[in-house]
Amino acid sequence: MQSFQGKSVYKGIVMGPVVVLKKNDYQVKRTRIEDAQGETARVQEAVKRSQEQLQKLYDKALKEVGEASAAIFEVHQMMLEDEDYLEAIQNMIQTEMVNAEYAVAVTGDNFSQMFASMDDDYMKARAADIKDISERLVRNLSGQEDADLSNIDPSIIVADDLSPSETVQMDKEKILAFVTVHGSTNSHTAILARMMNIPALIGVPLDLDELKNGTTAVVDGFTGQVTFEPDEETQAATQKRMQEEKEKLALLQELKGKENVTLDGKKINIYANIGSVGDIGYVLENDAGGIGLFRSEFLYLGRNDFPTEEEQFQAYKQAVQTMAGKKVIIRTLDIGADKQVDYFNLGNEDNPALGYRAIRICLKQPDIFKTQLRALFRAAVYGNLSIMYPMITSVEEVEKIYEIVKEVEIELKAQEVQYRIPEQGIMIETPAAVMVSDRLAELVDFFSIGTNDLTQYTLAIDRQNEKLDDFYNPHHEAILRMIQMVVDNAHKCGKWAGICGELGADLTLTEKFVRMGLDELSVAPSMILKLRKIVREMKVEE
Amino acid sequence: MKSFEYTIKDELGIHARPAGLLAKEAKKYSSVCMIEKGGKSVKLSQLMMLMSLGAKQGDLVKVTAEGEDEDTAIAELEKFFNENL
Repeated sequence: MQSFQGKSVYKGIVMGPVVVLKKNDYQVKRTRIEDAQGETARVQEAVKRSQEQLQKLYDKALKEVGEASAAIFEVHQMMLEDEDYLEAIQNMIQTEMVNAEYAVAVTGDNFSQMFASMDDDYMKARAADIKDISERLVRNLSGQEDADLSNIDPSIIVADDLSPSETVQMDKEKILAFVTVHGSTNSHTAILARMMNIPALIGVPLDLDELKNGTTAVVDGFTGQVTFEPDEETQAATQKRMQEEKEKLALLQELKGKENVTLDGKKINIYANIGSVGDIGYVLENDAGGIGLFRSEFLYLGRNDFPTEEEQFQAYKQAVQTMAGKKVIIRTLDIGADKQVDYFNLGNEDNPALGYRAIRICLKQPDIFKTQLRALFRAAVYGNLSIMYPMITSVEEVEKIYEIVKEVEIELKAQEVQYRIPEQGIMIETPAAVMVSDRLAELVDFFSIGTNDLTQYTLAIDRQNEKLDDFYNPHHEAILRMIQMVVDNAHKCGKWAGICGELGADLTLTEKFVRMGLDELSVAPSMILKLRKIVREMKVEE
Repeated sequence: MKSFEYTIKDELGIHARPAGLLAKEAKKYSSVCMIEKGGKSVKLSQLMMLMSLGAKQGDLVKVTAEGEDEDTAIAELEKFFNENL
């Protein structure tokens, strides 16, 4: 069993037999010709055939992969029509009296070099395109058939490098993975592999001569490793992971794009909880309707000083723009003495859970709060942004918040800075907030129930304390009654209520939550489709 | 001769796909259409040379058209740039 490390281009894990693609090292010979016009005619004939082949590849790619990726073949067609390229070939034939194959090969090399030596990564990758079309022309000139890659058994393709045409020509159903010795993450192969959802590794230092067709290999797109002749333990572990991946994909296929609606027509929003801009990919991949909790702490942690307004603004802006119109609820900073933020100078506390944290810091140190609010109001111009305030315990706190909001608004107006005051809601995570939720509902736009902290404060249990496991019941009647109370109070004022705590992802409670009238559940991205499945298979009226 | 200046807005600059479409567009006219960036000038109708200009987001380019249909050409080209680049 041997493993090699490369770079992963697409995640996924497969096991199967290897097929080694060796380049037909067709040596282009230079010969002297007598009939320059005849040679030029040959080139034109070959260009025509190439265009036909490229059209076929374009159509196949369009059908199997998509427009954006198929476009590369359109570009190949345009390159083949390029005046400079064709004139250079023609000139070489006429002035040096050489055969078409040679003229094409050399011209192709020259143009390819020009691109390869450019600074821009994207342009560098185009050198491979020029090589590809020149090779195609030479193949057509010398009467060689395009390598027939359509009749292989489901295999892992191992090659030195793969041109876009080679990648698309293969029968998608028969390819388990790509592994190449060269290639770049910008290359078309990489792009196509991603679109075809096929695990692919590039830059794997392999000796293709040593590798035999049919050898079993495991391609791990998560670690970027390829393992040849895996032992039994590895085989079993791989089978298990392949099964998990398969189930995940099946769920995705079945439920993506479908509504979160019960059999009798009740709808509920299913959003995602995330902690950084980098997680947004998972949000969209798992088809969340929006982000129900965007923890803003990532901007404050792991550094020595406060994030500037500009830094925050850019992060919030990027988030709402990437979500392209789907709601993004950003929670204002929720930090306490239990987190590592020395520059906040919070000092040590005996009971950080009951201490100086979250909105309390913001209200006592309005400078920090205002910076965040300014960044949020400015970013709100760029998309569907909402704000959520954590750790609320009273009506007075909300009124104070709104005073500060008003101050910020006046400042922004005076400075003629573009802004928008977005939807503002609060987290219900303290028993106090639950008990005055009828009054809070009059003041805010929505509630989001933070069941983690709410349960701790209500049951008076520290969840980290294992000794208390027997006493900890996340389904405690008290919590469920509180949730119902909060939902009812919100609805009485025409406001919506959701859950962003872990309980939202408890699949044994989903039906109950729908019947309770929750408008939204915000959960870890990986749980979204599982929730959707339950919602779509249930009836509110039993 | 007619001309206009343009600052590239597209994130990827003049990359393969719009370059191809731009070259196609420029070929429609009898006028000679050129594009200049940082002192280097190439014909708009030549795809590979156009791409080799390496025009990136934020770059200022000057497009010129000279010939019988230079008015139409420059107007259509400016429209193309605004819509695609």
